[in-house]
Amino acid sequence: MYRYDEFDRRFLEERVAQYRGQVARRLNGQLTEEEFRPLRLRNGLYLQLHAYMLRVSIPYGTLSAEQVRMLAHVARKYDRGYGHFTTRQNIQYNWIKLDETPDLLADLATVEMHGIQTSGNCIRNITSDPFAGVAIDEIEDPRPYCEIIRQWSTLHPEFSWLPRKFKIAVSAALQDRAAVHVHDIGLYLKRSEAGEVGFEVLVGGGLGRTPIVGKVLRDFIPVRHLLSYLEAILRVYNAYGRRDNIYKARIKILVQALGVEKMRDAVEAEWAAMDHTPLDLAEETVAAIVRQFAPPAYAAAGADDEAALAASVEADADFARWVRHNVFPHKQPGYAVVTISLKPLGRPPGDASAEQLDLIADLSETHGFSEVRVTHEQNLVLPDVRRGDLAALYRALAAAGLGASNIGLASDIIACPGLDYCSLANARSIPVAERLGEHLAAREEEIGPMKIKISGCINACGHHHVGHIGILGVDKNGEEFYQITVGGSADENAAIGGIVGKAVPSEGVNGAVDKLLDVYMRLREDGEELPATYRRVGAEPFKEAVYGAV
Amino acid sequence: MTTGSTYQAVTANRLRDGVTVYFTALGAWSTAIGDAAHAEDATDLLAAAAAQPLEAVGAYVIAVEKADRGLRPVGLREQIRAFGPTV
Ligand code: SF4
Repeated sequence: MYRYDEFDRRFLEERVAQYRGQVARRLNGQLTEEEFRPLRLRNGLYLQLHAYMLRVSIPYGTLSAEQVRMLAHVARKYDRGYGHFTTRQNIQYNWIKLDETPDLLADLATVEMHGIQTSGNCIRNITSDPFAGVAIDEIEDPRPYCEIIRQWSTLHPEFSWLPRKFKIAVSAALQDRAAVHVHDIGLYLKRSEAGEVGFEVLVGGGLGRTPIVGKVLRDFIPVRHLLSYLEAILRVYNAYGRRDNIYKARIKILVQALGVEKMRDAVEAEWAAMDHTPLDLAEETVAAIVRQFAPPAYAAAGADDEAALAASVEADADFARWVRHNVFPHKQPGYAVVTISLKPLGRPPGDASAEQLDLIADLSETHGFSEVRVTHEQNLVLPDVRRGDLAALYRALAAAGLGASNIGLASDIIACPGLDYCSLANARSIPVAERLGEHLAAREEEIGPMKIKISGCINACGHHHVGHIGILGVDKNGEEFYQITVGGSADENAAIGGIVGKAVPSEGVNGAVDKLLDVYMRLREDGEELPATYRRVGAEPFKEAVYGAV
Repeated sequence: MTTGSTYQAVTANRLRDGVTVYFTALGAWSTAIGDAAHAEDATDLLAAAAAQPLEAVGAYVIAVEKADRGLRPVGLREQIRAFGPTV
């Protein structure tokens, strides 16, 4: 893992001291709310329905055991004993008190954590593949490049006041586990025919009010030029992105207005005119960061590991199911990648208690190399588990309420905080997710891979547009209704789901989803996931199932 | 059960901890909606509340109604603010 150097540490300490002064001045009236609001937001502190909410950045979703323990400590000391993992691989605390935030941020800083750039019109947390470094389908570990982008974008003076927030995702695997297509900039790591490492660059993806799948801006940019090319894109956006209308300010609207060809011309012209030298990445610079992510000292596979695992699978049906759904192949023989579901039935998706976080930190040490990952689907990952240890790990997780065996299934629902916490919400998300997950659990293995995503408003933090089934909360004259979309996808074949029909009331959601699933299961061909069926048969059978003949 | 008449009250979030608060007839802030001053038109209440920017943030007017056990906000958002998350 990347470790901060002295410069990073000093910077964070100074930042906390500065913030402590700002809070004191706000509390004694020297600063008005208008003056203070942008300052707290720059440190990740929002004001929500019941309390302040702190969003803590988790760069590319990678945490050390020590950091996970700190997240547990924050939950216990400053919140109500839990935290909520988000679709940006970050964690949010819902019950924060302003007057305690300087101490909270000082505690976080001791483990190199903070809330900087988790809000505001700047470059936000860089997201990536939660299986980075261990995935079998990976070209190279993407995290060193995420780290390079993180360092470049942190407090970048030119890009601190962009027209709107800006999100970058990086993937280096064949399967996209980072929703790269729906980011302002999406980067797919590639190798050229000559063997050179670089990136395919997508631009203008995003969800929200205007959902758009990103378009290819450049087929290949060598690593050496990564930062200068990103800088050229950001400069074009900064100069031409709209600042007059918040709903039209994201780069996707600029790309839509110009067309991708003109956008490309503008970026290439900017790039050609720039002096690349200060930003060009020297081989040694990249190599030094790559070394920080060097694979750990893996042990050879135990001779009896596979036999013991097979025996446990044979003996315990619950464990067998967990292995089927939560355990993934690892590039190192003898090891597995484990996704810990934060979607137990009937509980808020993505929440983890302080005790659970402490346990996960311990387990990352006993069953791994002290590393934990956060997925954008609101689950956690232990990336380096010996296959012979899987049964023991499962027992420890299950005893703590972390044994849900549903990764990628219908009850593994993404849901934003919605109207239970969020001041922007139109409707609740969490109770809808809880009810729907419980309702579908009995037949979720029969349904197969299924991505259900729920947002409490059009800001789409719950990624509903790219759910196989998406659910969007809307407010109709003070009543909660839910608009349902079908056929969306966030992977390498990203697609925006189509609206099935008029919104249904809260109590109608389970029934409508049942009908959509029935159609899918009736019409699907072998191995076909819902978006593929939708592409093949079109929207009509789905619409007809929910609303009758159309 | 409600009596059917709606009134206006003033709510905000307390500055130091963000907790939901209501402006009272004594010119202070209370965490209990039952303490909220209410009137057919809360313009004056809002002006009085806004004069205390150190206590609370973002004061605004909400609709409330009289229920069996005191005041209750109209609308789900304000009910969730008054009584907490539903989950
Ligand atoms: S989608 Fe809307 S309701 Fe949900 S967290 Fe985002 S802003 Fe809040």
